Amino acid sequence: MKLGVLFSGGKDSTYALDIAMKKETVVCLIAIVSKNKESYMFHTPNIHITDLQAEAIGIPLLKVETEGIKEKELEDLENAIKKAKKIYKLNGIVTGTIQSVYQSKRIEIICDKLNLKCINPLWMKDQVELLNELVENKYNIIISGIFAYPLDESWLGQKIDKNIIAKLVVLQAKYEINPAGEGGELETTVLDAPFFKKRIVLTDFEKNAKDNSGIFIIKSVELVDK
Amino acid sequence: MILIVDMNHKKDSLEAYEFIQPIVSVIKDKTDFRVLQYSEIKDKDIDKTDKIILSGANLKDNRFIDDIDKFSWITNYDKPMLGICAGMEIIALVFGSTLKPCTEIGLVEVNTKKKNSLFSGKFNAYSLHSYSVIPSTNFDILAESKNCVHAIKHKTKDIYGLMFHPEVKNKDIFEKFVKN
Repeated sequence: MKLGVLFSGGKDSTYALDIAMKKETVVCLIAIVSKNKESYMFHTPNIHITDLQAEAIGIPLLKVETEGIKEKELEDLENAIKKAKKIYKLNGIVTGTIQSVYQSKRIEIICDKLNLKCINPLWMKDQVELLNELVENKYNIIISGIFAYPLDESWLGQKIDKNIIAKLVVLQAKYEINPAGEGGELETTVLDAPFFKKRIVLTDFEKNAKDNSGIFIIKSVELVDK
Repeated sequence: MILIVDMNHKKDSLEAYEFIQPIVSVIKDKTDFRVLQYSEIKDKDIDKTDKIILSGANLKDNRFIDDIDKFSWITNYDKPMLGICAGMEIIALVFGSTLKPCTEIGLVEVNTKKKNSLFSGKFNAYSLHSYSVIPSTNFDILAESKNCVHAIKHKTKDIYGLMFHPEVKNKDIFEKFVKN
């Protein structure tokens, strides 16, 4: 089965890609670049480095821009998937959706219309278990966006490790924050994973945060052989 | 021991992460279980079970319908069985029902039509199907949405079919099925 993966460069789509590569043939990554920083559908921080992530992984990337207008962005997503299906002869699309019925429903409908399988390998996965698996599998993931109280600037750029997971579990109990950020509380960027052929090293970055909202802007990176 | 029948098109499929793991997550602390893909099931596997759950499958995966001869054991099973989506479709088919195109994706409102031990009243349920069933006279209809039959029960056996996915929403249904 030839699959395309909806890829944001964050931990969920990267882990979904990892699982999909172990079972089927992933022939392309599809990244939607939303101009709307508050898109309901698409991860926005550091989407610009998906080109380098794709190069590090060794799978071609199809990148499509959207204005990010609610529902209109779905037409842009549909057109991107349609284009990928035509170029790469896809049988299905893989997503990193964990619990969002909002996201999964919309992508399922598009895939149904285009006669493609929609596959969600992380569907209903326990979020703490997911984070632990990523750390145990030696993923190098940084927090690249925070969007909920009491997360603040100090979280930006932090590597996800056992210590961070423990802190997120405490926040889950106290403030009902989804530890994997499925509710949009935080966004992540993957710099390295076991299946990456090269790792990404940050050479310049900037933190831009106010109160409990902020992003870790990656300004320049380089790919390093592993 | 509960047998979870994997209704996906092949053993150890990518799709099993989506349709089997969520069921495992819900029942793993409540009961012993094992998972077998439908084409690998032998009579001795069925004999060892106390209950059976048949999973759902991908919206575009109807291989199980072509393989209906591999499910003849269902009609002889006399213990509790719960079929989810694809699982309900195959249960309905082996007992002489037919399928009817009926697409629902996402949350739908489901209304209970007949009192039963798994659910009651009006509730929202997660759906992912292109077909529902026109049940044969072997079944009672337990619940419906606006457009589709959503739950059935065999009139004389403890065999249930749910069109919606209780592993996504309404997880208490598994607890009731496991305990009953």
